[in-house]
Parts: sequence; structure tokens; C-alpha cells
Amino acid sequence: MRPIEAPDPAALRDRYPQMFDRPASARLALPAMLLLVLAIFVFGLVDLDFSPARLVAGLRQLGWITLMMLPPDPGSSLPTYLKALGETLSIAVLGTTVAAVAALPISLLAARNVVPSVIVRFPVRRFFDTIRGVDQLIWALVWINVVGLGPFAGVLAIAVSDFGALGKLFSEAIEGADRKQVEGVRASGGHVLHEIRFGLLPQVLPVIAGQVLYFIESNTRSATIIGIVGAGGIGLQLAEQIRVLEWQKVSFLILMILVAVAAIDWISSKLRFAIIGRRAMA
Amino acid sequence: MSSAISLLPGPQLAALTDAYHRALVRRRLRVLISAALFMVVLLVACFGAEVNLKTFFTYFGNFVSYFDRILKLDDGTRVWTNIPEWFWGLHKWLRMLGETLLISYVGTLLGTVFAFCLNFLAAENTSPAPWLRFGVRRLLEFARTVPGIVFALIFVMAFGLGPMAGVLAIALHSTGALGKLFSEVVENADMRPVEGIRSTGANWLSSMRFAVLPQVIAGYASYTLLRFEINVREASVMGFVGAGGIGQELLVAIRKFYYSDVSAILVLVVVTVFLIDIGTGWLRGRLFGEEART
Repeated sequence: MRPIEAPDPAALRDRYPQMFDRPASARLALPAMLLLVLAIFVFGLVDLDFSPARLVAGLRQLGWITLMMLPPDPGSSLPTYLKALGETLSIAVLGTTVAAVAALPISLLAARNVVPSVIVRFPVRRFFDTIRGVDQLIWALVWINVVGLGPFAGVLAIAVSDFGALGKLFSEAIEGADRKQVEGVRASGGHVLHEIRFGLLPQVLPVIAGQVLYFIESNTRSATIIGIVGAGGIGLQLAEQIRVLEWQKVSFLILMILVAVAAIDWISSKLRFAIIGRRAMA
Repeated sequence: MSSAISLLPGPQLAALTDAYHRALVRRRLRVLISAALFMVVLLVACFGAEVNLKTFFTYFGNFVSYFDRILKLDDGTRVWTNIPEWFWGLHKWLRMLGETLLISYVGTLLGTVFAFCLNFLAAENTSPAPWLRFGVRRLLEFARTVPGIVFALIFVMAFGLGPMAGVLAIALHSTGALGKLFSEVVENADMRPVEGIRSTGANWLSSMRFAVLPQVIAGYASYTLLRFEINVREASVMGFVGAGGIGQELLVAIRKFYYSDVSAILVLVVVTVFLIDIGTGWLRGRLFGEEART
């Protein structure tokens, strides 16, 4: 048995030049990037008035607030909160439904396999993009200006902002559909509307239903937020209780939101499974 | 001329059509019942959300004319006929936009660091102890389910008005969201390198560093960039609750009916969000190849 020879560094260097003499740009790229990331971070901390003293004072305050939150206690306003929670769920369901109903016909115009002309498709797509680019809270503020404070403004805000998001998702689902069934309908003499109704919709409806359920789920969260600017629901109560420093009620409301979101998650995952299962059976 | 389709004899055909009709009726009934149930839910929701169609139709004109109004200057001319007048506060707004971007940058980075520290404890295959995994997971779940702006509301009370509260709120929410995504990346990692490192007598920390990290770092970077995009949108509304950024200006403009300011700020925000989306898309393409670009 003989020992393994020690490799000769000079021979290795000759054989793998790219390992030993990497260009300076390749060697410096990673440290330079990390340095840049760190530099912007430090600049941000300075520019945004971060100071250790403020941080410590704030954390102490936060700890005190957390202590004040225990135990969660609704006081005597439990019925009000339950009603507000119902309002939030209503906002989510109604807003998403209105958005879906409005987005379905328009999304057909944005799908490549329904409308081949770029001239129609392009503006419709940019329209969806622009609507999505504006945050839900901003839409809520606009609608409050129009229909006044209250949950109705919340419904309309969710409907408008989800119209953009669902329109994009629907048109993508339609573009992913199989061409053969549409061609089959056309071959048997069907009109364009027949093609859409009997060739496209049976394929995309289960996908769309799944997406709508998912959006109802995520809108339960969003609907709590838009209450903060005055559009009704449990967010309104939450913002009020935070402003008057009723911390026990705040923690109770947060718990209520967490439980409601978990419940909706559970129901919608069951429903989604049922819908997809039905498609597998058909 | 004989038909190309061969027809089955009468009784056999009758049985088949009968079964077909029954199946059809059953399916239609089920669809009808689901539709009816859904309508009931919608009706209940209408009452819950105080839907008032009369208000809606009375004021819908206001919604349309709102966009007409925000596109008009004070002297009644269209905004694009007098750009300098429309963007009169450009200097101030750009500074606020810069602040918004910094808030989301610092918040994303802090959230990434926290999520990075916690995710190995939350992943099924690398967690040192089940109780630790359970605890960390519940913590991340909490941070992710409570909306960022609720954290911002509470932090404004604790840390005072200003961007600091916004940064911390975004950091906390991102920790929850990224921690979950990161731990899923770790769960998909190959465990054989870990065994290799373990067999040389390394402890938990070094096996994470040398076996898991090289596999997952690209996934982390990609998710972090995506999160940055989301956080820019979120930071743009943090100002609504007093947590810094352009949201403050926008809120004032909307509440006080400074119409042309509303449209100017909205244009700036939308353009910024587009640019950030394109920029991070480009960066993802550069870092991880063409297929990662979304």
C-alpha cells in the first residue's frame, strides 16, 4: 500500500487556470454586492431616524403594551364585535363575487386564444395592470369619498381592486385551456359564443371557481385592513380600540380575526377540494 | 343510403338514454342546489355589508366624475396641459417616495435576516427538536396572519409616529411570510449532503452552513426579491396610519380634496411600483437565469 501523493500545486495551477486565476470582476462581484446591500441598509437606518435609544424605549413600551393585552377581554362589546366580524366576512364574499362576475367577460377580451387581435388585448391588459397597481386601501379611500363611510365602500373597494387581479388570472386560465374542444364546437358549426360556452367555459370554470374561493379567503384578511381607513367591518373596531388604548379589547379582536381567518381557510380548502374532485369525476 | 352511425336496438337504447337523463338530472340538481345556497349566502352578505343599491346608483356618477375631477387642475384645465403645475410638489413627493422605498428595503432586509435565523428551526427535516419547531411555526404563523398595517398601528403607539414603526411592521410581517417560504425551500433540499457533513463529526450549525445553505440560497434570494416588490406596495400605504412614506401625503390629498395632487401622487406610486417590478424581474433573470423571470 502506498500513501496518496501530495498534489503538486504548480501542476494543478497549470491544469485548472480558471480556478486559480479568476478575473477580478468575478472575485469581487459578491463582496461588492454585499457591501452595496449593507451600505444602503445603513443609509436607510440613518435616514429613517433609527437610534438605539428610540428602539429601546419603543421596545419597553411595546413590552408594556403586550402585558396590558393579557388576558384578552371584549368587555361588554362582544355583540358589536361579532356583528363587525359578520360585516367583514360579508364584505369579503360580496366584494369577491362582484369582482369575479365583472372580470369574467372582460378577461375573455384579454385572452390570446379568444381575441387574437393585439389592438384589443393590449389596452385591456394594461387596464387590469393599472387597477392592480393601485392599492386596495387607496380604492377604499376613493369609494368612501363617493358612497360615504361604511361597509358598502369596503365592498366596492375590494370589488374594484380584485377586478384587476382576477381579470389577469382568468385570462391566464383561459389561455391555458385546450384548443381541441373549441375546434370541435367550431367544426360542428358553432357560433363564436357557442365555442366559448361549450368549448372553453367547461374547462376553465373549475379553475376559476378555485381562484375565486382562494380570493375570498385572502380577502377576509384584506377586509380587516380596509376597515382601518373607515370602510366598516372589524378593522374599524380594531383601529378605534388601538387609538383609545383599550389593549385587552385589541388583543381580543386580533384573536377573533385569527380564528375567523383560520375557519375560512378550512372551509374554502374543503370546498376547493370538492370542486376539483367533481371535475375529476365528470 | 345507410347511416354511418349504427343505432342500438330499441330496448337497449331506451335503458341507456334513461340512465343518461337520470345522470343529467342529478348533476343539474346538484348545480342548482349549490347555486341556490350561494345566492342565499350572497343575500345574507348583502344585509351584513349594508349594501344600498340606491346610494350606489345615486352616487355612481360621483365615482366616474371623481376621475374626471382628479384629472383637472384648480383652474379647470386638464392636468396634462400643464405638467409643471400638476407635479408642483414633485421635489417633496420624490423625497417621500424615496423614504417609502427605503422603508420597504430596510424592512425586507430585517425580515429576511430574522426569517433566515428562524427557518432552519421551523423546517421538518432540519429542526433540532419537535417542540422548538412547533413554537417557531406558531410564531411565524402569527406574524404572517396579522396584517402588516395592524402591526404598524400598534407600533406607532409604541415607537411614536414616523417611518420607524413602518419599518418594524414590515419587518415583522415579512419575517412571518418569508419564514414559511424559506422553511419550505429547506424541506425540499437534498438531505444526503447533511448526512455527509454529519458523518465527519460536525455539529448542527456547521451542517446547516455547509450542507443546506448552498442548496437553498438561490431560492431565498428569489423569494426575498418577490417580497421586496410586495413590501413596496405595502409601504406606500403605511403612511395612512402615520408610519411614514408617501401614504401620508396621499391620505391628506384625498381627505382634503386636493384633486390634482391625488392623481399626481397616484401616477408616481403606480410608476414606481411598475419600475420596481420590472427591476426585480430583471435582477431575478440576471441572478437565476431566464426561466426564473416571472
